[in-house]
Amino acid sequence: MSNINDKIGQFPRRLEDESIYIMREVAAQFERPALLFSGGKDSITLVRLAQKAFYPGKIPFPLVHIDTGHNFPETIEFRDWLAKETGADLIVRYVQDSIDQGKAKEETGKYASRNVLQTVTLLDTIEEFKFDACIGGARRDEEKARAKERIFSVRDDFGQWDAKRQRPELFDMLNGRIAVGENVRVFPISNWTELDVWNYIKEEKMEIPSIYFAHKREVIERDGMLWADSEFLNKDAEEIPFETTVRFRTVGDMTCTAAVSSEAADLDTIIEEILAAEISERGARIDDKRSEAAMEKRKQQGYF
Amino acid sequence: MDILRIATAGSVDDGKSTLIGRLLYETQSITKDKIEALESASKRKGLDFLDLSLLTDGLIAEREQGITIDVAHIYFSTPNRKYIIADTPGHVEYTRNMVTGASTANVSLILIDARQGVVEQTARHLSIASLLRIPKVVVCINKMDLVQYSEARFNEIIESLKPLISNTQFEGQEISYLPISSLFGQNITKKSDQMNWYTGESLLNELEAYEFANQLSQAESRFQVQWVIRPKTEEFHDYRGYAGKIASGTFKVGDKIRVLPTGQESTISSIEKFQDKLEKADAGESVVISLATDVDISRGNTLVLANDLDAPQMKEFSAKICWLDQQALVPGKTYLLQHGVHLGKAKISQIESRLDVINQTVETDIQSLKLNEIGSISLRTAQPVMADAYEKNPANGSFILIDEFSNSTVGVGFLN
Repeated sequence: MSNINDKIGQFPRRLEDESIYIMREVAAQFERPALLFSGGKDSITLVRLAQKAFYPGKIPFPLVHIDTGHNFPETIEFRDWLAKETGADLIVRYVQDSIDQGKAKEETGKYASRNVLQTVTLLDTIEEFKFDACIGGARRDEEKARAKERIFSVRDDFGQWDAKRQRPELFDMLNGRIAVGENVRVFPISNWTELDVWNYIKEEKMEIPSIYFAHKREVIERDGMLWADSEFLNKDAEEIPFETTVRFRTVGDMTCTAAVSSEAADLDTIIEEILAAEISERGARIDDKRSEAAMEKRKQQGYF
Repeated sequence: MDILRIATAGSVDDGKSTLIGRLLYETQSITKDKIEALESASKRKGLDFLDLSLLTDGLIAEREQGITIDVAHIYFSTPNRKYIIADTPGHVEYTRNMVTGASTANVSLILIDARQGVVEQTARHLSIASLLRIPKVVVCINKMDLVQYSEARFNEIIESLKPLISNTQFEGQEISYLPISSLFGQNITKKSDQMNWYTGESLLNELEAYEFANQLSQAESRFQVQWVIRPKTEEFHDYRGYAGKIASGTFKVGDKIRVLPTGQESTISSIEKFQDKLEKADAGESVVISLATDVDISRGNTLVLANDLDAPQMKEFSAKICWLDQQALVPGKTYLLQHGVHLGKAKISQIESRLDVINQTVETDIQSLKLNEIGSISLRTAQPVMADAYEKNPANGSFILIDEFSNSTVGVGFLN
């Protein structure tokens, strides 16, 4: 292989054309679509694509955020700014409410997180607004089970995914027809890799939350990874927080996203780091490590 | 940076997953944590080498059975291009998945086990590559290590492929043959040190060097309207833009166009991509086209150049079809036909024949077409379909059939 730097800044533009096509299909084929917004770079990319797909019209569906209550404050701030900037409608629903209603139970122990719980709130939200299509930022390169996911992924009344029931997708034709009670998860950036997303963010000069760039933060070390210290993290007595310079490669909850030691303060340096990276992106997500087939199991239960 | 899409196909156990694993491994597309996971999974299986096939055999069910059962997408890139592999299963029953995975491919990668030689599946794959008109086929004779890297064996296999290829190859289809060993990394990303008799390229170099001319840009200009943009804001009060992806050909500002099926004519006043104003746009680009005059256009209408008098509009036509559903195709039944984004009702008037993909023979007097079968049918549609012959313009020549009751995608058609 030649120099890794040759790959930097080369976003395959055809990917954008394809994703915009998918966005327009969602708007045209469904009555009540929504864009699931997490505050992470992938969902920020989705918002950008939606903006481009309907310009100069406004995004014809709301952004929906399932707030676990354990988000990084920077993410929430960014979310509100982006909704205002794009003029998109924003709907927020809270995992805390699901817990208070007795529909979900807080996990306990050192690895407690609300990552699994948000499925409950998500399904309730889909029911409340009768969303028939939810756009998400999952990519096929993230994980093995996702490599087989369709662009239009049909879920039953319980949000469940069945690998054997998925419709064949031929050429670029998308079949979004569903029965009452069913809904579709749509993944417009299925064919993008992590590097594609970063190169796109750079080429488009997009704003992203500050936690993606190197900053000083109180962390603890656990299982060879760095954890942001917060009131939500259950720490052992020997897990003493210390300050160091880190950034996040992926942004989920404070309880399930590890930081990486990094001095990368701009996109170019981040992209260089990714190319040289030894750990894959979801390696920094503790929730996948529970078992080798963890993602597939969670998907069957309606996880995004 | 362009994107090369590859469909892989093989039989059970011919080492397709290992080949892909090897490609990823040698292009440094696998990160350390994934390699570690691979090492521990290989150990659990009692293997003393890295089982690269575990990288792509994702689903729990197939890990138990040890075969791939669905289409998986795998990504890697070189400084030259981005690669997308649709890894389609080699199991006998899964023609459906093979057609699906291959539908967007520029290259079809076919694997043959050097010990087994040509098998039924090989014929099926070549036949499907031909049906879908995939312009480039790379035949990899794998597991050369198990036949002592024998040149004679390699030549023997190629010789036995000839009668098949003479049936399936179409004008312009390039076919190349490579002796490889996925397990030992021979001729995958670098030239083999075991087969000096082989003078061709390694697989990766073959893919890197493949120039796929943009044949879609040269086809007749076709633009289907997906969505009409009417902001109705102060700033864009009278704005009306037609959003869609150019299927084939080129559109330029100033071009005189005709709208099908209404036949109205107008002139392109602008082509936009977000805030950029373009002079022209090519096949594959998602754009917004505005017209100089007010015409009534809705989703599914097709824009063609006004001087293109042969632009198709049909309510009766024949097509090749691959059936994708458990429930067989029955003549007389009404389905929904989706051509691009255009949806309408269609009735199957007749099944004319069924193709035996293995022997390349045609049977007539057919009552139904079952899952994984390929045949020729004639159809009638409620509204005109603006599709070209697939051979002439693949981007505007295919359609899917949807069952009105189950909503499943049950068939894929290729216009004659």
